[in-house]
Amino acid sequence: MYEHDVIVVGAGGAGLRAAVAADEAGADVALVSKLHPVRSHTGAAEGGINAALREGDDWELHAYDTMKGSDYLGDAPAVETLTQDAPEDTITLEHWGMPFSREEDGRVSQRPFGGLSFPRTTYAGAETGHHLLHVMYEQVVKRGIQVYDEWYVMDLATTDEDDPNDRECHGIVAYDVQSGNVEGFKANDGVVLATGGPGQAFDHTTNAVSCTGDGHAMAYRAGAPLEDMEFIQFHPTSLPSTGVLISEGVRGEGGILYNNEGERFMFEHGYANNDGELASRDVVARAELTEVQEGRGVNDEYVHLDMRHLGEERILDRLENILHLAEDFEGVDGLVEPMPVKPGQHYAMGGIEVDENGQTCINGLYAAGECACVSVHGGNRLGGNALPELIVFGKRAGYHAAGKDLGDPEIKTGYGDDVEDETETELPVQPGTAGLDSSGGVAADGGVTADAEGILERKVENAREHVDYLMEKDDGVQHAEIRQKLQNAMTDYVNVFRTEEGVKKALRLIRECREEYQDVYVDDPSRTFNTDLQQTIETRNLIDVAETIALGALVRNEFRGAHWRQENQIRDDENWLKHTLISWEDGEPKIFYRPVILEGQDKTYEPKERSY
Amino acid sequence: MSTQQQEPEQPESQEAPEDPEMRGAESPVDEREKAGGDIDQTTADRSELEGETILIKVFRYDPEVADKQEPRFDEFHVPFEKGMTVLDAVMYARDNYDSSLTFRHSCRQAVCGSDAFFVNGKQRLGCKTQMADLEHPVRIEPLPHQEVVKDLVVDMDHFYDQMHTVEPYFQSEDTPDASDLEEQRQSRENREKVKMSTRCIWCGACMSSCNIAAGDNEYLGPAAINKAYRFAMDDREDADIKEHRLRILEQEHGVWRCQTQFSCTEVCPKDIPLTEHIQELKREAVKKNLKFW
Ligand SMILES: Cc1cc2nc3c(=O)[nH]c(=O)nc-3n(C[C@H](O)[C@H](O)[C@H](O)COP(=O)(O)OP(=O)(O)OC[C@H]3O[C@@H](n4cnc5c(N)ncnc54)[C@H](O)[C@@H]3O)c2cc1C
Ligand code: SF4
Ligand code: FES
Repeated sequence: MYEHDVIVVGAGGAGLRAAVAADEAGADVALVSKLHPVRSHTGAAEGGINAALREGDDWELHAYDTMKGSDYLGDAPAVETLTQDAPEDTITLEHWGMPFSREEDGRVSQRPFGGLSFPRTTYAGAETGHHLLHVMYEQVVKRGIQVYDEWYVMDLATTDEDDPNDRECHGIVAYDVQSGNVEGFKANDGVVLATGGPGQAFDHTTNAVSCTGDGHAMAYRAGAPLEDMEFIQFHPTSLPSTGVLISEGVRGEGGILYNNEGERFMFEHGYANNDGELASRDVVARAELTEVQEGRGVNDEYVHLDMRHLGEERILDRLENILHLAEDFEGVDGLVEPMPVKPGQHYAMGGIEVDENGQTCINGLYAAGECACVSVHGGNRLGGNALPELIVFGKRAGYHAAGKDLGDPEIKTGYGDDVEDETETELPVQPGTAGLDSSGGVAADGGVTADAEGILERKVENAREHVDYLMEKDDGVQHAEIRQKLQNAMTDYVNVFRTEEGVKKALRLIRECREEYQDVYVDDPSRTFNTDLQQTIETRNLIDVAETIALGALVRNEFRGAHWRQENQIRDDENWLKHTLISWEDGEPKIFYRPVILEGQDKTYEPKERSY
Repeated sequence: MSTQQQEPEQPESQEAPEDPEMRGAESPVDEREKAGGDIDQTTADRSELEGETILIKVFRYDPEVADKQEPRFDEFHVPFEKGMTVLDAVMYARDNYDSSLTFRHSCRQAVCGSDAFFVNGKQRLGCKTQMADLEHPVRIEPLPHQEVVKDLVVDMDHFYDQMHTVEPYFQSEDTPDASDLEEQRQSRENREKVKMSTRCIWCGACMSSCNIAAGDNEYLGPAAINKAYRFAMDDREDADIKEHRLRILEQEHGVWRCQTQFSCTEVCPKDIPLTEHIQELKREAVKKNLKFW
């Protein structure tokens, strides 16, 4: 058994920042990650980091933009914390050597981004995430923080009191990918989940193969609710064949979208008469799909993004990386022809419910980064607002887990007297466990809730048995088949346009996936670097996460931010200024709601129409 | 085991075909000396592949599994699709033919650096290499000069160790107070100067292609030297730190080992002018009058 004060699961931008903060606060901290840190998907971020750094800008403007972008489903205390802390935390990156793009006077450059009232997106070429990730890893090396890389975390060691608010997290169970050994990691002060997005629940996505929602699924099964999972951002400009992202920076610099008739449709068809291509992402994604559905798409599939008029010099200076991506992954030279683009799954606004200090309702369990929901992004994330979230809330979670006092949070977590139960919606199938795949609670087999070590040992034993079972089973279904079915169901029915019937169909298909998963087996007999085993476990996590996305999409009968419902195409503030929460109770999802907090430090954000 | 010592066995085909070409195959290392195996195809040629299957021969090894303890090549017929990369091809083979086929991959877009393989005798990034640009059949092997863990997965620890040796983090004594929101100034020219060097994705292709690194296990290698360049040339670091960095670099297993063969520069998927960077550091070391080896 390994033992540390703070254990951070995941070493992308959020996890690395949390580890550095915990180290700064004096804790003995370790990072446990299924990928080596520099392989994390933060490295793919292109556009930049929003922070109010310059004269004429301030955090209040940034907060206002973020609230408006969120379609008034962001919680004001979270949004204000983000926008207040982002400037200092961004400058800190510069002090750690981050190679930001520069102005004539040597200061860091900022550029316009969609939905922002001021050009506050701080960038390093079109590869901001790569630099952020490497700079953060450099700090981890500098501080000598212990990294267990290529260790796959399977489960949390949490107590199992009836009320999740009374539970406590004592550590994690992980296996060493290289050897297959399952081990326990005891966390004396806290566990921070920073496992990134769940994009692999969809077929066409800008997310990496490793973005499988593992942290979501582990926290969910341990009793922490998942919040606002229905809010999935579809990025308007991904390459059709692979899902590789073409940064919003292209439109920020002046790139233009055309349909097959050469019309600049964002204006000419009235989707966004003021902001055009720079309207919020959900607006642009729906506009593109509408163009395609109405027969104005190129090859009935996509639209064109043209940046040729920006000129070679400017493109090479600011968007060079885009040229490589278009060439390598679509065979298109962005200097001489327009690039084909279509919407692709990109970001999960929802996630593990946490407060401003990154803590879930379970004592000692934290989450930060894309896997968490504070909520900063509400119904829709603005471009450039995820990277600051990683550093601001990664840092706070690390500090708090290490025992630093950050004041009492205003955001509440878990099931309590301020929530309202879901009672209206009829489900097409029984969601939740289909038997074998449930992760048994520690005391479930008769034991009295043990001490931290006892719990951890039991969890390790469970995990070993589970791995043995999967490996020893000789035939059955393989994960790839189930995963593909799941991804197709989500992309077909829980995409940009959602209908009640479609989402119900998805839930039925997800149920089928669960049932097929009962018979899943791992063909590769080797304990050495068994990616077959890893993907089999990930597929189980994807099923749980996909189900919460579909459930959220079904119950929320309104159109807010990225979530569009055919049956009620208005933002229904009277009924829906509230978060959807789904928690796992005895193997079944329980759905409830918590009101959104629109009262900020010294003002209230009044919901306004979101027009661009 | 290491690809340096092992001679792969004859192919054990997944789908029967005998391939005389693979008999008594050379080890990846010998093969490396040969030409890259590219064919300069026009777009017209590329589209001819549409609807065809391409044969890939993939190196297999698993220390734990009886019939994989002796390295071998497996053959897979993969249906070609426009835009198909080497990574797509091995993923197809894994998901449809053999789920135990093992390789690292994640981002699919040339930023995570996980999938550097030895493809047709050259170090390449799987996700960035178009199948249509390669001579067929396509031979896919783990990176030479590194221990093979399993199939295409190599042990990266030595590579990481070398990266860590050069103190790969920014060092500055007197940065302004962050709460004042004052950044350090840097000229555009200076940012431009370090730009290419900051693009490294730690894929290890350069190190694997380097003869010197193969012969001298302690040689820092192109990627680590480039990492040091990234800091040494950054004006935000002070002169005495730069000197400290040059001292690390001019040690016995440092820059002077490089014999300017350009193999690293040729394989770097991020087009980093590695050899130039190493040469420039040698000149800096001379200017500073540091000791030669
Ligand atoms: C293509 C692209 C471009 C983007 N551009 C921008 C942008 O310009 N600006 C912006 O603000 N945002 C952008 N975003 C969003 C932003 O980059 C991501 O939301 C963010 O980087 C996620 O960081 P993270 O630290 O939460 O997760 P990640 O960086 O994905 O890291 C997750 C970590 O968790 C580990 N992990 C996962 N599961 C396990 C497990 N079971 N056991 C152990 N370890 C595990 C992984 O190894 C990894 O280290 C972009 C996103 C994409 C996909
Ligand atoms: S220098 Fe180039 S080849 Fe070497 S590790 Fe970095 S990206 Fe890979
Ligand atoms: S899969 Fe990430 S670099 Fe190829």
